[in-house]
Amino acid sequence: MFAYYLQLGLRSLRKNPLLTVLMVMAIGCGVAASMTTYSVFRATSNNPIPNKSSQLYVPQIDNWGPEEAAENKGEPPSSLSYTDAINLMRDKRAKRQTALYPVALSIVPDDMNMLPFRENSYAVYADAFPMFDVPFLFGGGWTASEDNAHAAVAVIGRELNDKLFHGANSVGREINLNGRTYRITGVMDTWNPEPMFYDPVNTNAFADPTEVFIPYTRAIELEMPTFGNNNCNKDPGNGWDSWVHSECVWTGFWVELPTKADADAYRRYLDGYVAEQQRSGRFKWPKNNRLRNVTEWLDFQKVVPQEAKVSLLVSMGFLLICLVNTVGLLLAKFMRRAPEIGVRRALGASRKEIYTQFLIEAGAVGLAGGVVGLLLTGVGVIGVSLVFDPQIARLAELDTSLVALTLLVAVLATVLAAFYPTWRAAQVQPAWQLKSN
Amino acid sequence: MLHIKPILVALKRHKAGTILIAMQIALTLAIVCNALFIIDQRLDRIARPTGLDESNLVIIRNRWVGVTDEATGPLIHGDVQALRQLPGVQDAISINSYPLAGGGWSTGVRVNVDDKKSKAHTTLYFSDEHMLPTMGARLIAGRNFTPDEVTDAKANAVDTPAVIIITKALAHDLFPDGSALGKSVYVSDTKKPSTIVGIVERMQVPWNSSWADAWAENAVFQPYVLMYSGNVLLIRTKPGQQDAVMKSAPEMLFKLNRMRVFPKENGVRTFANQRESIYKRDRGMAILMGVVCLVLLGITAAGIVGLTSFWVGQRRKQIGVRRALGATKRDILSYFLTENLLIGTVGVLIGALMAIGMNLWLVTQFEMARLSLAYVAIGVVALLLLGQGAVLAPAMRASRVQPVEATRSV
Repeated sequence: MFAYYLQLGLRSLRKNPLLTVLMVMAIGCGVAASMTTYSVFRATSNNPIPNKSSQLYVPQIDNWGPEEAAENKGEPPSSLSYTDAINLMRDKRAKRQTALYPVALSIVPDDMNMLPFRENSYAVYADAFPMFDVPFLFGGGWTASEDNAHAAVAVIGRELNDKLFHGANSVGREINLNGRTYRITGVMDTWNPEPMFYDPVNTNAFADPTEVFIPYTRAIELEMPTFGNNNCNKDPGNGWDSWVHSECVWTGFWVELPTKADADAYRRYLDGYVAEQQRSGRFKWPKNNRLRNVTEWLDFQKVVPQEAKVSLLVSMGFLLICLVNTVGLLLAKFMRRAPEIGVRRALGASRKEIYTQFLIEAGAVGLAGGVVGLLLTGVGVIGVSLVFDPQIARLAELDTSLVALTLLVAVLATVLAAFYPTWRAAQVQPAWQLKSN
Repeated sequence: MLHIKPILVALKRHKAGTILIAMQIALTLAIVCNALFIIDQRLDRIARPTGLDESNLVIIRNRWVGVTDEATGPLIHGDVQALRQLPGVQDAISINSYPLAGGGWSTGVRVNVDDKKSKAHTTLYFSDEHMLPTMGARLIAGRNFTPDEVTDAKANAVDTPAVIIITKALAHDLFPDGSALGKSVYVSDTKKPSTIVGIVERMQVPWNSSWADAWAENAVFQPYVLMYSGNVLLIRTKPGQQDAVMKSAPEMLFKLNRMRVFPKENGVRTFANQRESIYKRDRGMAILMGVVCLVLLGITAAGIVGLTSFWVGQRRKQIGVRRALGATKRDILSYFLTENLLIGTVGVLIGALMAIGMNLWLVTQFEMARLSLAYVAIGVVALLLLGQGAVLAPAMRASRVQPVEATRSV
């Protein structure tokens, strides 16, 4: 029967091509708009480190007081001061921990014909590599004793390794960063978590991959200022030492706490730490700490662009209107065939069969709408670069799951929209139709 | 003259279709109003003037490699001197930031030395006496810096200058009575006063995001050349020389000293490029919303055409009867137009409420402004006209129904 109903449906669709085209286009446009904006939303709200997103946390400590916090909805600063970061590192209360900040490093190639070039670089502690599940092609991270020794070591990215060493194993070789020599301890395999969860504060969370990591302790010793934001609530005074020991906030901090009990213990530790600072007279206000995991952190940092949310909402509304439109058009289409329904019913077709017939017809419209929607989504995904930064736009892609979702949404939505018109069609009284003919 | 009563009676028999059209009009109005509002807000943002003379302006983002901040002083002076002598260049400076750069310095300004809270927030621009002419800033009161007022300053040890120039907007925030020129203010936490020697008509802050909206044109110019390993070279070229300088300046700079880096993608660009990339999201969002509006209006119109056509087809016999009983073509036409107007009115009333509700919700969720009622009014008129336009073709067809159809059985 399915084949027969499908055939009937297609014949009826061919009968008023204009109405059919109208419905198919409406569904296609609605679905395409939703799917295009959804592709951006999906990419930007992605969980960049699913296995560990509930084990990695960012501690925040209010070292500025309630007046400043009030200007930020009561939230403590998003970064730590160097003082707090170093104290937390020293106390080592988490399984793993790292302070981190972006540094401006330029690579000076040995080849005198090549000009120096800059790559995204971070200063971190040795724990960062196992914490963030950084994959290695050759070698690995440096050791804790190298952290303590402020060693001139570096981990570089695969792309940089290809550029400098033509993809060879460069572990143990030297790299010149800002005119100083560092020994390479490891080459990362391609690693570019998106969103870049470890530093949404200084980036828009969608940046080019980090190609160089050096020890935090080394960067501090060389007095490398942050390449990111530096926020001060008062003038830090002149020179490096007064800046580093000021209440200016500029360094990131991550801890790994595998279980909920660990997280609770760390919260208690933070409270204790703040109490200690209160006793010493540094904080003259009640504690205001946070400990957020990756998902909470990305949410708090508003990593999903406002445009992605607004355009998703608007296009969902758009799809809704297209569906209301389809309900109306299907109603017109089905009711126009009341005489035909009357004849079928009179010849013994049950209501259920009328339902089946018309829902299949609607499904066919939905499928056609889905195919049109798929083409338009393809165009839309290319057009995403019009609205979003290239780093975000390239994340929006028409993969198999999006193709399947597009077709599914189109068919489901259309069949859903067809319920009322079909119900009306099934209510047609055979006798009445036959009489008026 | 309108025959509303018979229309209402007829509509009662087509409840589903009536509700669907009204609903579609309402939803379309809600979305179109908000989309138009978003478009207008974005266009407003793009239209904000920077205060720069934006044509013939080249930006080079320079970063020294392997040089301490202190050691950059002579290098920066060397660059600037060489750039000013380069053919095609009218003037050049080394500066910390510029409008729409995306990152820069910001601080508070106090009027009295003992004030606990700053009177206004501002950005800081540091460069020498060529700063105003290179940027193309218009001095509206007082004077520019003199060469002997300009000194070098280490980026992490900037002192308080004796003289500063500020923008008109900041002058108004600090001294609303208009007496800023010649007054002393305290920039940041300093105890040392700075005298305002000049007022510039306008200069925007480096940020485009909403957090700086309240003080978007507050700027303090300080006569310091910052010794810093990441500086910006701002070059004012002679008219028509922009492209030539874009090529010759980086070449010349690398010849002067190759231990430097210009970022790959945006190291050397014109201000026009910078403006385009900064406002890309805003422009894109406006285009997207515009497309959504157009398609939406098209689909709604098509839906009205479809349903009305169906009604006309259904009522051919009744139309024939009315025509046979003396109704003119005009009567039939006005019947369908009035019917649509009634449905449309209900739709836009509900839609207006929905538009306002949707905006109120968006305001709570996103940093968006309140919808101005003018947009709702525009939307209401647009949708009523759209409805009338859409119904016209089927209504014309209805008016051409011959009275003789009343006698036909089908």
